[in-house]
Amino acid sequence: MTAALSLQDIQPGFADPVYDAQRIFRRLMDAMARPGRIVDIDADIVPPVPGLEGLSAIALTLLDFETPVYLPRGEIGEALSGWLRFHCGCPVTTDPQEAVFAILSVTELLPISAFNSGDPKYPDRSTTLLLACPALEGGKHVSLTGPGIKEAAHIAPSGIPDSFWNEVMGDRSQFQLGVDIIMGTSNAVIGLPRTTRINEES
Amino acid sequence: MKNDVSVEVESSAIAVRQRAHGLIAKSPHEMVRDLFDRIENLPNIKQVRPTDTGLIMVRGKVGGDGARFNLGELPLTRAALRIDGGQVGIGYVAGRNSDHAELAALADAMVQSETWGGVLEEKVLVPLADAVRDKKTENGRKAAATKVDFFTMVRTRKEK
Repeated sequence: MTAALSLQDIQPGFADPVYDAQRIFRRLMDAMARPGRIVDIDADIVPPVPGLEGLSAIALTLLDFETPVYLPRGEIGEALSGWLRFHCGCPVTTDPQEAVFAILSVTELLPISAFNSGDPKYPDRSTTLLLACPALEGGKHVSLTGPGIKEAAHIAPSGIPDSFWNEVMGDRSQFQLGVDIIMGTSNAVIGLPRTTRINEES
Repeated sequence: MKNDVSVEVESSAIAVRQRAHGLIAKSPHEMVRDLFDRIENLPNIKQVRPTDTGLIMVRGKVGGDGARFNLGELPLTRAALRIDGGQVGIGYVAGRNSDHAELAALADAMVQSETWGGVLEEKVLVPLADAVRDKKTENGRKAAATKVDFFTMVRTRKEK
């Protein structure tokens, strides 16, 4: 994982790192404060993996040398690895337990329990999951309740495996520990912080 | 596993880049800029990462071993850009001069390119190497002029 970086294929990141990162961070705060709301992310970058504009921009915004990131071994992981190492200087790990962030597509999903859910003394040290979905609508409907949601919010991201929502519900049962989730497409995200409770709709 | 030949080729390519990098980083910016200005048709460049300036902690070891200590902070400017042929060059120079760092990155990219390597060598690297050598000789000469020869300080006996 510490192999020399091949610079030949590295694509540019943000055109203006400071302002672009602030803009994305503001959108991300909105998404986490209003779980279940679809928040637009106008990424304005060319990501190493087509279709991953939104999550790549979030990764550029959040990652730095102190945040080990878990990337799957597949195609997405390899393409992202060099790009993130160059632009963010972040360590890349294959151990989900030591990852502060994890970037996955729904087809490469690990069980949520594989990730770090934090320490009882420091619950903030858990993994934040950046999950790439084909679309944020058109999938199985779930309703959300919890802080930041008036009554209930309804989402239906597509491509999510059936077991995923059960795993999230299991993860929520160990609150204040837990994994925060950001679901994203190329231009929009939904925030699912650990405070959000999931109810499957029939 | 790489075989020995490819490792050798790779390390010599690294040495070529290190030499170009070292010459440009050690030379004054005006001199480097002036030499680049004399090249007609420089390759087009596209930034891979915006040039930025930061601080690095310079660490040292007394006598080259022992525990490392922090010597002090140094402002450092870095640039990364891609030229026409697709080669990516990176440049790091001490100080806050972003043009200097970009020229170092441009040279790093050109030195990796068959099209531009020769031009760079002839128009920039050779003159810089000469200047660095002249400077070293000059410094040596100045230092030598102040040398005190202690052997002349033998006490001469007063003749009776």
